[in-house]
Amino acid sequence: MAENNRAVLKLKEKFAASIIDVVEFRGEVTVTVAKDSIIEILSFLKQSLQFNQLTDVTALDYLGKKVDRFMMVYQLLSIANKDRLRIKTPVSEADCSIPTATQVWKGANWLEREVYDLFGINFDKHPDLRRILMTDDWVGHPLRKDYPLQGPDREPYKGRLS
Amino acid sequence: MATTETMTLNMGPQHPSTHGVLRLVLELDGEVIVKVTPHIGYLHRGVEKLAEHRTYHQILPLTDRLDYLAPMSNNLGYILAVEKLMGVEVPERAETIRIIMAELTRLESHLVWLATHALDIGAMTVFIYAFRERETIMETYELISGARMTSNFFRVGGLSQDVPDEFVKKVSDFIDSMPGYLDQYEGLLTTNPIWLKRTVGNGVISAEAAIDMGITGPALRGSGVDWDLRRDDTYGGYDKYQFEVPTGEKCDTYDRYKVRLIEMREACKIVRQGLDRLKPGPVLADCPQVCYPPKESVYNSIEGLIHHFKIASEGFQAPEGEVYQGIENPKGELGFYIVSEGANKPERLRIRPPSFVNLQAIEQMSVGSMIADLVAVIGTLDVVLGEIDR
Repeated sequence: MAENNRAVLKLKEKFAASIIDVVEFRGEVTVTVAKDSIIEILSFLKQSLQFNQLTDVTALDYLGKKVDRFMMVYQLLSIANKDRLRIKTPVSEADCSIPTATQVWKGANWLEREVYDLFGINFDKHPDLRRILMTDDWVGHPLRKDYPLQGPDREPYKGRLS
Repeated sequence: MATTETMTLNMGPQHPSTHGVLRLVLELDGEVIVKVTPHIGYLHRGVEKLAEHRTYHQILPLTDRLDYLAPMSNNLGYILAVEKLMGVEVPERAETIRIIMAELTRLESHLVWLATHALDIGAMTVFIYAFRERETIMETYELISGARMTSNFFRVGGLSQDVPDEFVKKVSDFIDSMPGYLDQYEGLLTTNPIWLKRTVGNGVISAEAAIDMGITGPALRGSGVDWDLRRDDTYGGYDKYQFEVPTGEKCDTYDRYKVRLIEMREACKIVRQGLDRLKPGPVLADCPQVCYPPKESVYNSIEGLIHHFKIASEGFQAPEGEVYQGIENPKGELGFYIVSEGANKPERLRIRPPSFVNLQAIEQMSVGSMIADLVAVIGTLDVVLGEIDR
C-alpha cells in the first residue's frame, strides 16, 4: 500500500505539514505536496532517497474544476532502487509560477520550457525560459483547456470529430 | 592589432544530417563549437491536444506517427498504458506477437540509425546494406498490418487480427540471416580506421551527467549505466525472455555504436524465443466492454455489428485515476501518462518522448569539438523529429 512505500514514509516523517494527499492507483504512488516546499522535497528525494533521474515534467489544467487551476506533475525514477514516484503540486492561476527544478536536475530545462510554452506556467530562476515548440511570437498556450482545439482564428469544426 | 570574433552559423532545418527538421544555431570559433542552440517545433502537430478530444481507440493511430521509424513500439507503449488503466489482461499469443514485433521494430529503428549515422560520417555502403534489411522488416509489417510504416496493428486488449500463416517463416528466415548481416556491417565499420577516428572520444558524456540530463536508452547504456526497462521495470511479458543488456565504458560515440549493435543481436534472440513460444490461441482479450469484436462476428452477425458500432463511436468509459507506462523504445524511455476522469476520452495524455530529452544533451556533448563532429553527435543521439515535436 501507498502508506508503506519507503519514500512516502520518509516524506511523511520530514515534510508532514507539506503533504496534501497520498494516492495509490494500479501500483503507482502519487504524492501531492504544497508548492512552497516543492524544491526542498525534490532535492530531498534526489539526495537522500536516490531518485536520481527526473523522467518527466508536465502539467494538468483543471479549469473550473478545482480551486487551483493547474497541477504540476513530476515523474521521478530511482535507477538504484528500481522505483518510481510521482510528485504533484497545485499552482493557482493568480500566482502562476513555481520555482524551477533545473537546480535539482539539469534535465528539467526543456521539459519546463515545454510546460511554460503550452500551459503558460512561469518557472522562477529558470536559466532559459523561452517557448520551445511554438514560435516565439505565438499568442496563447495551446494545452490550456480554454484554448480552442482548431486554433484561435478558425471557426470551430462542426464535422465528425466527436 | 588583430582581433578574433566568433561566427554564428545556421544549420538546418533542411540540413541532410539533422534527420528531419532540426535547426541548430552554432556559435563557432574557427571550426570549434562554442555554443549550440537547438530550435525545434517545426513538426509540432499538437498530438497531446488532439488526444484530449478523441476516444481511447481513436488515439492509437496518432501514436505511430510520433516516432515513425519505430511505429509498433509507439503503439505498444500507448496500449500498455490504456490496459494498465483499464486492468485488461492480454492473451498469451497476442503478448508474444507484440514482443516479436516490438523487437523487429527495434531492429528496424537501429538499422535506420546505423545507415544514416554511417552515411553522415561518410560510409555510404552501410547505408545501402542496412536499408536492404530494413525492407524485409517493412514487408513483414505490410504482411500483418497492410501498412509499411503507420502500422496501427495492436489494439487495446490484444491485436487487430491474427497474423497470416507465412508470418512465422518470414520472420524466422530473417532472424536466421540477420546475425550474418550484422557481421557484414561490423566488418565495414568496427575496425575501420576512419570510423574509429570519427567516433572514438567523440560526444563524451559521463554516467552521472547522463542520468542528470534524463538521458535514457542506448545513449544511457553507452555511458555505462546498466539500465533497461525491459528487464528492470518489466512490461508486456518481457520477464519471460532471456537477453543481455550491453553497456559501454568510455561514454563516447563508438561505445554507443557497439551497444546498439549488440542490442540488435539480442533483439534477434528475443524474436527467436518469441517464435518458439508462439502457440495457437485467441489474440484479443475476452473483454467486450473495452475491446473491438472479432471481424468475423462483425461481418456475420447483427450483435457483432452493433458491438463494433458502439465501441467505434462511443468507446469505453475508463475509471478515474492516472497511470504512467514507460517502455524501452529503440531510442529510450517512451512514456505515456494518462489522466482519466471517468470519461471515454482522457483528460490529459502526456507523451514523454525519449528523443526530446536526449537532444537536450547535444550542447554538453559537442561544445569544444569541431563542427564536423557535431554531425556524429546528432547521429549517435538517434533523434527523430516526429517524436520531439509531437
